[in-house]
Amino acid sequence: MPMKIGDRSFDKRVEKGLSDTHMRETVRGAQGRLHTNKAKAEEELGNWEDWRTLSEEIRAHTLENLDYYLEQLSENVVKNGGHVYFAETPEEANAYVEEIAAKKEAKKIIKSKSMVTEEISMNEALEKQGCEVIESDLGEYILQIDDHDPPSHIVAPALHKNKEQIRETFERLKGYDKSADPSELTQFAREQLREEFLEADIGITGVNFAVAESGSISLVTNEGNARLATTIPKTQISVMGMERIVPTWEELDVMVNMLCRSAVGQKLTSYITGLTGPREEGDLDGPEEFHLVIVDNGRSNILGTAFQSALHCIRCAACINVCPVYRHVGGHSYGSIYPGPIGAVLSPLLEGYEDHKELPYASSLCAACTDACPVKIPLHEHLIEHRKIIAEEEKKTSLGETYAMKGFGIAASSPGLFNMATKTAPLMFSPFSKEGTINKGPGPLGGWTDVRSFPAPEKERFRDWFKNRKKEDS
Amino acid sequence: MAQGTVQNKDSFLNNIAEKLGRERRTTGVERPDYQKQPQWEVMADYSTDQLVEVLKKQCVEIHTDVKETSVEDLPKVLDEAIKEYGAEKASIWDDPRFSSFGLSSFAARPDVSVWGDAPEEKDIRISEQADVGITFADYTLAESGTVVLMNGGGKGQSVSLLPTYYIALIPLSTIVPRMSQVTRKIHEDAEAGERVPSCINFISGPSNSADIELNLVVGVHGPVRACYILIDDR
Ligand code: SF4
Repeated sequence: MPMKIGDRSFDKRVEKGLSDTHMRETVRGAQGRLHTNKAKAEEELGNWEDWRTLSEEIRAHTLENLDYYLEQLSENVVKNGGHVYFAETPEEANAYVEEIAAKKEAKKIIKSKSMVTEEISMNEALEKQGCEVIESDLGEYILQIDDHDPPSHIVAPALHKNKEQIRETFERLKGYDKSADPSELTQFAREQLREEFLEADIGITGVNFAVAESGSISLVTNEGNARLATTIPKTQISVMGMERIVPTWEELDVMVNMLCRSAVGQKLTSYITGLTGPREEGDLDGPEEFHLVIVDNGRSNILGTAFQSALHCIRCAACINVCPVYRHVGGHSYGSIYPGPIGAVLSPLLEGYEDHKELPYASSLCAACTDACPVKIPLHEHLIEHRKIIAEEEKKTSLGETYAMKGFGIAASSPGLFNMATKTAPLMFSPFSKEGTINKGPGPLGGWTDVRSFPAPEKERFRDWFKNRKKEDS
Repeated sequence: MAQGTVQNKDSFLNNIAEKLGRERRTTGVERPDYQKQPQWEVMADYSTDQLVEVLKKQCVEIHTDVKETSVEDLPKVLDEAIKEYGAEKASIWDDPRFSSFGLSSFAARPDVSVWGDAPEEKDIRISEQADVGITFADYTLAESGTVVLMNGGGKGQSVSLLPTYYIALIPLSTIVPRMSQVTRKIHEDAEAGERVPSCINFISGPSNSADIELNLVVGVHGPVRACYILIDDR
């Protein structure tokens, strides 16, 4: 699956999201719980702001010296007997992995969760070559067997599905005959997948953080599937976005701590696994062969720009879990495997504005995301920056028509969204805003930003507003 | 170990340097003196007894059973723990601590397989069929209720992963406040040029998942229950 998911227009996706009550209920509950857990995990530490300052400093230093640390990493992997492949493009990365699969005559490949392999459509590439690729993360497994339903959240990919839907999928496709109880469903998946692990020729994983000083990678998981994928198969391939690296194990400690607390509110997840592959002389498990694929795929274009700090992201999803817009429209509305605020910042950077131009407007600019971010990425400022660029571009391209910056898109339209956010949106930013109401001209961005002055916002819920807007449009 | 290979490095890294608007950096990068280092303040002055209290409390949160024993009573307590899980076959590390902690006769039982004893790499299957995996902890983190396993050789990573249950034997002398103390040690070893063990696991309780409606389910791909046996070896 490429970064972009589906061909539906942004409006259609949002509409679908809004009409999916199952999804909306599930997402609402999940967001609330994740957020509460994170708040507790922050509080326990007492000095969360100091941790954020340290984390930001670590990420900034690492990215400023990325060439240095990636070189150190690759040298150390090679010294330990592993192989490193630097891939500028998805095609290069996939070709390399396909080549290994062919050399190993691999039939079965077991995967643990990896966003970057989704980003570059690695599964499809391997399947074309005749390999069976099995996702082993429970959420990913559910999506995969349900005809490759796209993920809707970067930590809990099947968040949009409820247990009854999952039971039905298992029953229809895997002959499951028990209840919708999550324990029973999980037990079933465990049994189904255990044999697959034992038979797999290759294990493919993502990388949470690579450690430059020792040529190691780390995997942060709860289920144990990433451990299985790196313990049993004879060949291990780990794929990382080039920015997912720390200088030493000391920084790894800090980043892992922040990731676990921010993502799921745990002090540490059940398994933090540091792998310095391949296996050593005398080891009887772990891979005999280890490949590390380091992927650029547009990331280097972000370096040296105003958006550089977007590469500090540790994929914890904290910004998604506080986002009032995500709460209403769900992950699929973003049309990218990276949803929520970070997705709205990152997707246009990695894949261009063409497919993702509405995303920077899918925000209330309430800054809840920025406050939640453990590495202090100024997400809402990046969204503003995107809007400026889009507005500039449109000035240039829409013959004679002058479009200034657009209003605030969806979230500003609904006081409910404001209320859910922890802060009042900085409305003063917009040239079109007057004390909480927003007036603006016609919008070229699909119908999305084409919102006239927002009518009596406190009486209108987001979904009603969206419906009315559609009526007005047609 | 034979050296590995690296491909496309220079074009890739030159591009990064260019985008960063400077010459490529291959030497001379120092880590900053971080302004804030809150990790060292956590439980900095705690005694072992205080750390044990923190650990026990955390075990409740991570759904992990706890037993406490003297070195002398360890064989008896371990037996109890195994019986409580209804386990028969055990898979254990080949680790000299089994004998120094008085578990030699336990390790020699017919229903106990020692990692590395099977011919021709059968260990993975044996471990997979065992009811319970048993290892010592190399370090133990009080804050997060974590046992740290430096795998390698006789200390196979499968033992703490494949069996249905997992029992960690934790000498109190292995307890430190948090992950920072262990990662600093690994960092120092790496800096001294030592190869880091091929697999280091930080394990906090049994495997679990919240992928279905965010409901916590304990027991997914790894062990479904875990027990820590705290051994007072002071
Ligand atoms: S942007 Fe920040 S909060 Fe959002 S996923 Fe990345 S690190 Fe987490």
